[in-house]
Amino acid sequence: MMNYEMGAAEARSGQPDEHAVRIRGLRVVRGARAILDGFDLDIRRGSITGLLGPSGSGKSTLMRAIIGVQKIAGGEVDVLGSPAGSAGLRTRVAYVTQAPSVYTDLTVRQNLRYFADVLGAPHADVDRAIGQVDLGDHADKLATNLSGGQFSRVSLAVALLGRPELLVLDEPTVGLDPVLRQELWDMFAEIAADGATLLVSSHVMDEAQRCNDLVLLREGGVLLAHDTLANLLERTGAADAEQAFLHLVSKEVSHV
Amino acid sequence: MNARITFATARRVLTQLRHDPRTVAMLLVIPCLLIALLWWIYDGGTVWDQIGPALLAIFPFIIMFLVTSIATLRERTSGTLERLLSMPTGKLDFLLGYALAFGIVAIVQALLAGTLAVTLLDMDVTGPVWVLLTVAVLDALLGVALGLFVSAFAQTEFQVVQFMPALVIPQILLCGLLVPRAEMPDVLDVLSGVLPLSYAVDAMNEVQHVSEPSVWADGGIIVAFIIGLLALGTTTLRRRTS
Repeated sequence: MMNYEMGAAEARSGQPDEHAVRIRGLRVVRGARAILDGFDLDIRRGSITGLLGPSGSGKSTLMRAIIGVQKIAGGEVDVLGSPAGSAGLRTRVAYVTQAPSVYTDLTVRQNLRYFADVLGAPHADVDRAIGQVDLGDHADKLATNLSGGQFSRVSLAVALLGRPELLVLDEPTVGLDPVLRQELWDMFAEIAADGATLLVSSHVMDEAQRCNDLVLLREGGVLLAHDTLANLLERTGAADAEQAFLHLVSKEVSHV
Repeated sequence: MNARITFATARRVLTQLRHDPRTVAMLLVIPCLLIALLWWIYDGGTVWDQIGPALLAIFPFIIMFLVTSIATLRERTSGTLERLLSMPTGKLDFLLGYALAFGIVAIVQALLAGTLAVTLLDMDVTGPVWVLLTVAVLDALLGVALGLFVSAFAQTEFQVVQFMPALVIPQILLCGLLVPRAEMPDVLDVLSGVLPLSYAVDAMNEVQHVSEPSVWADGGIIVAFIIGLLALGTTTLRRRTS
């Protein structure tokens, strides 16, 4: 699905850029407090990167900086070879905020049709995206009449319109039942298999198993680790991502 | 600017309204009821003829101001505006989409209230009725443009409705409806001269008294205010926030 775009992007830059996102020295300040400071990160193209960490660790701020909607105090954020937020990226990058951002007073289909028009995506994408988030039976319901989990899936479906090369999803599975979560992660894997890159935040550590790479943050925007799950488990001797996280936090604390 | 996105936005806003028939009914019926009430208060006499046209300018302005400021505030607080601006939506696409959608509502509203006034309620208008209706629609658009702009300065709906007494009522007091502008204290006359609603009421008075009214100057000033407010509105839409 993404082959054509990827090929074109590579042809333009002359060499394949292995990183979908490249961050150097990112600094974000809110009030007197630095949420991220001197933050570096590379995200591999075609990977599913899980962004894990407690609330207050700067996950959402980092995602907003990648989308280019966050005011930054310093540093560089490059996305698909262009500065984050560039006009050319607006159809190539899709973003789902934690709080669903769709219209409650439109039906599911009307919401998607509008965003498809804005993106210039074909109308066939509307039904495809509704199917992908399993809302086919509710397509003509007003969003306000949906359950919380269904409502957040409308917001997720908007990110599936067009052919985004990078999907940035802030806690897309929160509040969903295990079966549906499983299905969505299967879908993320398919999207990545087509060549797109996904950055997915979560604080459900068992979802880490579905990611190629993990980025672990702790409070204060500190990058604890960026590695594959297998490597993390090996390094820490932990049994799962949660244990690995706790191990890294305690090691960090004992160093201070 | 992108016509596809502008029209899609206008259609989306109208679709949202369609799902809210009570609001549509109120938008269309309340101005008619108020006009009829006014006619009744003055028993259809000369005072009715004097202030009726001015009120045809004021009602659409107030109502569109309120509806637009709240709708835009909702876009800002729900995250949909941020999402649209992270997509290819231009700031002007967003504002013009709203102006177009509410402009269409305003045309229907002005047609209903205006037709009621000049037919059933027998309002005496010397100039052509279409000029009266055009000024009413311009006024509604003025309300839309002002509402789009001020929504940037409110964080909550409580705050945004306070802009009605702050920015709309002074214009009603100073527009020449209560006291002719020339008879006001000099300072207030000058103040009245920088407020857009004054020109709307001037234009309405002209249509009322003159068979071939020249409303181009007043109309031009209202259009300039609309464009100016929309331009200011674009500066309040930020792609990056903290």
